[in-house]
Amino acid sequence: MNSGSCSSLMEVGYDHHHHGHEELHVLAVDDNLIDRKLVEKLLKISSCKVTTAENAIRALEYLGLGDQNQHIDALTNNNLKVNLIITDYCMPGMTGFELLKKVKQESSNLKEVPVVIMSSENIPTRINKCLASGAQMFMQKPLKLSDVEKLKCHLMKCRS
Amino acid sequence: MDTLVAQLQRQFRDYTISLYHQGFLDDQFTELKKLQDECSPDFVAEVVSLFFEDCEKLIGNMARALDQTGNVDFNLVGSSVHQLKGSSSSVGAKRVKGLCVTFKECCDSQNFEGCVRCLQQVDIEYKSLKAKLQDLFSLEQQIVQAGGRIPQVDI
Repeated sequence: MNSGSCSSLMEVGYDHHHHGHEELHVLAVDDNLIDRKLVEKLLKISSCKVTTAENAIRALEYLGLGDQNQHIDALTNNNLKVNLIITDYCMPGMTGFELLKKVKQESSNLKEVPVVIMSSENIPTRINKCLASGAQMFMQKPLKLSDVEKLKCHLMKCRS
Repeated sequence: MDTLVAQLQRQFRDYTISLYHQGFLDDQFTELKKLQDECSPDFVAEVVSLFFEDCEKLIGNMARALDQTGNVDFNLVGSSVHQLKGSSSSVGAKRVKGLCVTFKECCDSQNFEGCVRCLQQVDIEYKSLKAKLQDLFSLEQQIVQAGGRIPQVDI
């Protein structure tokens, strides 16, 4: 296990469903178009495969938890398998916090998927609430390249 | 003897520095530039363009909401300001973001005159930034056309 470098994902055997795929597949959820574009680029530059969703409902649908009761197990279907969810906190309709809770309440393997919450506001009670509900990390917007690098290191450490 | 490229590069450097020093841009703009590479050589211009479109749309929404005399939905205005604050923060549009902070306070206290003033200022400010960034991108193009490389500017 390579504990130093953040760039080599092949050496991390953290997900036994990984099927040898090298890239982290991230589902990024944000209602703001500019922020979506930014987080997508940040993740792609960090060698992640990215799927974006403009709200929590769309995100849940993608994860197979939509109202249509699609019985797609998102973790074994290689195309959909999501290794990380990163979501904005403040979104109209369902918030990122509510999305976090829905994921963590799942009985399937989906509840093991790390969820990172982003917010432009630095409110300690909000941060603590998210972490207490199972968020992997809380990240302050606007995101920088160094934030994503830290995130990847953190994720890899959690699995080694 | 100063070549055209050297002159353009100096102009570019000076202009960039002035935009930061005058508070038009902050280090988030620098972060955006880090994301530009051979795969996406126009990334900054694209994001910035989306931002200005967003400004226009949100300002339009806010203007319409404020136009409903006697029945202004300050929550609606406030949520548009929140969006604009987020976008401006993400692209490094420092002055626009600063105005959004004041604007949000006016919305929260349902200060109609304050909101109208803030809206006017935000409109002026984003258009000013748009013009300046157009000049900056134009300088970049001129440097490249003259056969030079765009210098890395450390603020």
